[in-house]
Amino acid sequence: MKILVPVKRTHDPYSKIKLKSDGSGVDMTNIKFVINPFDEIAVEEALRKKEKHGGEVVVLSIGTPEWVDQIRVALAMGADRGILVDTGGKYLDQDAIARIIVKVIEEEKPDLVIMGKQAIDDDSNQVGQLLSEYLNWPQATFASKLDIQDNKAIVVREIDGGLETVEVELPAIITADLRLNQPRYASLPGIMKAKQKPLKTIKIDELGVDLNPKIVIEKLETPPERKAGIKVKDVDELISKLKELKALPF
Amino acid sequence: MGILTFLELKDGQIKKGSLSAITCARNLAEKTGLKYDIVIIGDNLEKAAEEACEFGAKTVFAVKGIQGYTAESYKEAIEKVINESGAKYFIAVGTSVGKDLAPRVAARIGAGMASEIIEVLDGETFKRLMYAGNIIATVKIKTENKVLTVRGTAFDKAEKSGGKSDVKFIEIQPSFNKKRFIKVEETKSTRPELTEAQVVVSVGRGIKDPENIKIVDELADVLGAALGASRAVVDAGWLPNDYQVGQTGKTVAPQLYIAVGISGAIQHVAGMKDSKVIVAINKDPEAPIFQIADVGLVADLFKAVPELTEKLKKLKEGK
Repeated sequence: MKILVPVKRTHDPYSKIKLKSDGSGVDMTNIKFVINPFDEIAVEEALRKKEKHGGEVVVLSIGTPEWVDQIRVALAMGADRGILVDTGGKYLDQDAIARIIVKVIEEEKPDLVIMGKQAIDDDSNQVGQLLSEYLNWPQATFASKLDIQDNKAIVVREIDGGLETVEVELPAIITADLRLNQPRYASLPGIMKAKQKPLKTIKIDELGVDLNPKIVIEKLETPPERKAGIKVKDVDELISKLKELKALPF
Repeated sequence: MGILTFLELKDGQIKKGSLSAITCARNLAEKTGLKYDIVIIGDNLEKAAEEACEFGAKTVFAVKGIQGYTAESYKEAIEKVINESGAKYFIAVGTSVGKDLAPRVAARIGAGMASEIIEVLDGETFKRLMYAGNIIATVKIKTENKVLTVRGTAFDKAEKSGGKSDVKFIEIQPSFNKKRFIKVEETKSTRPELTEAQVVVSVGRGIKDPENIKIVDELADVLGAALGASRAVVDAGWLPNDYQVGQTGKTVAPQLYIAVGISGAIQHVAGMKDSKVIVAINKDPEAPIFQIADVGLVADLFKAVPELTEKLKKLKEGK
């Protein structure tokens, strides 16, 4: 089974995000970059499926040459080869990303695509679903459990109000939620081996995708900060403060 | 030309949380001069259709013929309604259904999509949050067709506006057959829904053991509150997944949010910082939650919470 895992490079989720002083973008000085945490879960799931059913795990990134660092991490975890679509730093919206992935899928013909449900920078939660529609494939988003049987995937999805189970025919798009698995760390031999693994770069213009964005960002701003209030010394004072704020429902 | 507003149903009734989409549609209608329609999908639609008629929409489209939700079949229903109504906008609330479905509709109708908007500036520009709520972006959709999901906490639940919309029943037979709905395991709870509750009591890692959750349960009972949780508690399997409040869980903005034993990671804060009054109870005075709490109590939760519950109980009964 061949599994394609698109991964995005994002800021470390524990880093402090602030705007540049001129508001032109997010200040990335001293920010550590990682694989988008949801995509890392997707890589792990792909590796587990390969370990069980055999096959190949291909990692795809769409960004600038620095993004190779994140592809190498996925290769060190155990993925077989990497593809970088070099964007030359061009702004791409979610829809353009989805259509680029479609092109790669047409070339690679994977049986399954596993990816994060959202990137922790844009927080858009769109690409997996867009991709499914463009391919006319079934989607199983927000997956917390994935089993492959014959030519089908049985997926437990995290939904409002509980858990839903669906069955999708392969090929399909699965998007990973937090509780799908706990990703492994890359081992030292893994890191050494990763250096030898194949990594192909495709220039974005070679794909012939219309890159005109359907949505653009016009302005970024910082939300009003919530100020720390007061500290109370005990439960009695807490209750009288809540009464004063009229915060109690009775 | 118009705005198509998607409302979710449960047991044949409109979900209250869906009504935020109508408020967004009204804002958009005001700014563009367009009319808005409503679409509902499912079985036994008669009652829900009647209810949907009272929200000032021009037409209520009620689509029959689909058993159980899948994005693929709902997308077919919505496409059919859009073809019939000529809608240029599709709006849904960013619930697990809205998030799953809306991009699929967007791809289908060639629309640009803005996820979980918090404000309508005009017919093409919207505000939304990025980076776990640390950045507000103003985004512009450049395509003629536009798809929006709405952050429920940013738009009030619409009130009925009188009048009566036309109802159109449509029957469809979805053609997509590569996905099969198997089952839903619903989280059993007698509490109010997390995103709709006036009071939310949330529990974090500080609770130490799932056995201890009864302490916060009792507090929630007195307050008639919904129970929420930090990621750590859900990851540990101490509470079900749909209790998680945060960047990737639910977004809540109740009148009162009580964080018990929660340190306040940015991913959690992203889901609750618009609450009106935030109370934090934590034994670590350095916990980041105190930086955003209106009222902080540095205390051992195992002593403070039962005491709070007892005293609130007396206060409640005294009235």
